[in-house]
Amino acid sequence: MELLVFVAASAMVLGGALGVILMRNPVHSALGLVLTLFGVAVHFVALEAHFLAAVQVIVYAGAIVVLFLFVIMLLGVDSAEDLKVDGLTIQRPLAAIIGIGTVAIVSVAVLRTRSTIAAGPALEASGDSNIRLLSRNLFSDQVLAFEITSVLLIVAVAGTVLLTRKQSGPTGARKGS
Amino acid sequence: MAVSELAGLFQGDLPMGSPMVTGDPLLDGPLLWAPLIVVAIKVLVIFVLGLVGTMFMVWFERKVVAGMQNRVGPNKAGPFGILQTLADGIKLFFKEDLLPDRADRFVFRLAPFLAFVPAFLVWSVIPLGGDYSGGRDGIVTILGQQTRVQLADPPIGILLVLAMSSIAVYGIMLAGWSSGSKYPLLGSVRASAQMISYEAALGLSLAAVLVTSGTLSTSGIVASQTTLGSWNLVTTGFIPFIVFLIAATAELNRPPFDLVEAEQELVGGFNTEYSSLRFALFFLAEFMNTITMSAIVVTLFLGGPRPPAIGNTALTIPLIPGALEGTIWFVLKLLVFLYFYVWLRATLPRLRYDQLMNLGWKVLIPISLGWFLLLAAIRVGDSNGWNVIAVVVIALVSLGLGYLLFTAALRVSSRQRDREGAMY
Repeated sequence: MELLVFVAASAMVLGGALGVILMRNPVHSALGLVLTLFGVAVHFVALEAHFLAAVQVIVYAGAIVVLFLFVIMLLGVDSAEDLKVDGLTIQRPLAAIIGIGTVAIVSVAVLRTRSTIAAGPALEASGDSNIRLLSRNLFSDQVLAFEITSVLLIVAVAGTVLLTRKQSGPTGARKGS
Repeated sequence: MAVSELAGLFQGDLPMGSPMVTGDPLLDGPLLWAPLIVVAIKVLVIFVLGLVGTMFMVWFERKVVAGMQNRVGPNKAGPFGILQTLADGIKLFFKEDLLPDRADRFVFRLAPFLAFVPAFLVWSVIPLGGDYSGGRDGIVTILGQQTRVQLADPPIGILLVLAMSSIAVYGIMLAGWSSGSKYPLLGSVRASAQMISYEAALGLSLAAVLVTSGTLSTSGIVASQTTLGSWNLVTTGFIPFIVFLIAATAELNRPPFDLVEAEQELVGGFNTEYSSLRFALFFLAEFMNTITMSAIVVTLFLGGPRPPAIGNTALTIPLIPGALEGTIWFVLKLLVFLYFYVWLRATLPRLRYDQLMNLGWKVLIPISLGWFLLLAAIRVGDSNGWNVIAVVVIALVSLGLGYLLFTAALRVSSRQRDREGAMY
C-alpha cells in the first residue's frame, strides 16, 4: 500500500516536472508544475505531515501558480516561445552546471547521511500535533530566520513597487500632459 | 513579544471546556465490512444530497428572487415548479456540445471538472448532523458502528476547504483562457484577481476562529461551541463573521461581487463559450459552492448541527430522535444563509472594479488582520495569567496607532497619485 502511494505520487511529481520542461505552451507548463506540487503534497500526506500537505496545496498550487498563470494571461504569452533564440549566451551552460551541481550535492548528502538521519519527535495520536510541533519549532528555534524571511519579502515588494513606478515629479518628463 | 511567551501559547492545550476530539471513532480498529459499508453509504448520501441540494438551491433562488420582484417564478413543472431545475438539466444534456476552433482542446475539457470536483469534495469535511443530546457529542450509531455524520474528519479539517477553494480558481481561470476568445479571458482574469484578493481576508477571519477554537478539525470546531454564548460568532466578536461572510460572497462570485460574469459587459463571463454538459457542470459547481460556503459559515460560527443551548438546557425539538435533530438544526441554520445570499442578489447593485479592490485590500484585510492580532493577544495573556483589561487596552492602543499610520500612508499615496495624474 505504501509502495503504491509512493509510486503514484512520484509518477505525478516526475511527470509534472517533465511537463514543465517539455511543454511548448507556458500555460501547459504551469499546469505541469501544479501536478508536481500535488504529487509532493501526496508524499507529505503519506509521511503523516498533513499540515504541510495542506499548506503545499493552498500556498503553492493555490496562490503562486495562479499568479504565474495570471501573469502569463495578462501578458498574452500564448504562443510558444522560440527556443532557438538565446537571450543571454552564457545562460544555458551556467544552467547546466548549476543543475548538475545541485543534483550531485543532494545525492551526496542523501548517501552520506542516510544511516544517521535522526528520527523526529514522535507524533501524538491527536490531530493537531503536526501543527503544534511545527509552530513550536518555528517560533522558538527558528524565529530569527522566520522574521528575517518576512523582512526579505517586504523588501522585495517595496523594491518591485519602486521599480514599476513611473518616473515623475517636477523634473521628470511625463507623457501625455 | 518574547519567544518563551509565544512558545507558552502553543504549549497551552485546547481552550477550557472543549473536549479533546480525536477523529472519527468509526475508523479506529481493524478494517471490517460494517465500517466499509457505512462509509459507502455516507459517500452515496453526500453525493445525492449534493446534487439534490443544488437543484433545490437553483429553484429556491429563482422563486425567492421572483417573489422579491413581484413575479411568479417557475410554476409549471411539479408542485410550485420545484422540478423546473430537473427539466432544465435534462434539456442541457441534449444540447450540442460545442468546441470553439481556437480553444485549447485539453484544457477546455479539463476546466469544468476542476470547478466541479472541488465543490463536491468540500462536502466531505462538513458535519451534517449528529446526536448532541445527553453529552453524546455528535456520535451516532449506524449498523452497530459509532460514527460521526460527516464523511471524513481529517486532522487538517478546515484547511481542506481552503485548499479546495484554491483549486476551484483554476477551473474558472482555465475555462476563460482555453476558450480562445476575449470575453471569457477578461472574465477569468477578473475572477483570478478577485478570488486571490479575497482569499487573504477569508483566511485571516478563519484564523480568528481557529485561535478561539484551538483546533483545525471541523468536528472539533463544532464541539467547542457548546452553548449560544460559546458560538464562535460571539467568542470572536462578530467582526470575523462579517468579514468572512463578505469575503465568501466575493469568493463565490455572487452578486454584488459578480464582475466575473457581468452579463452587460462580458456577454456571459468565463463560461461564454461553454454549452451543454460542460456548462451544466459550471452551473452546478456555482450553486453547490453557495451551499457549501453557507455550510462552512454555519460550522465555523453558528455551532454547526448543535442545537442552540443556554447553559445546560438545550433547545430540543419534541418527538424527533436525537440523531435526526442535528441535521434539522443544520438545515435550518443553512437556510438562513442561503436566503441571505439570494436576498443580496435581489437587492444590491454590482460593485465597480476599483471599489471591489479597495474593499478587499484596504478595508477587509486590515480589519481582519487587526482583529486576529487582538484575539491572539488576549489568548496569550489568558494562558500567561496577565490582566485581561491591560492586555486589551494595550492591544487596542497599538492597533489604533497602526490604523493611524495606515490611513496616513493611504493619504500620502493618494496625494501622490493626484500629483502624478491618475492613470484611470
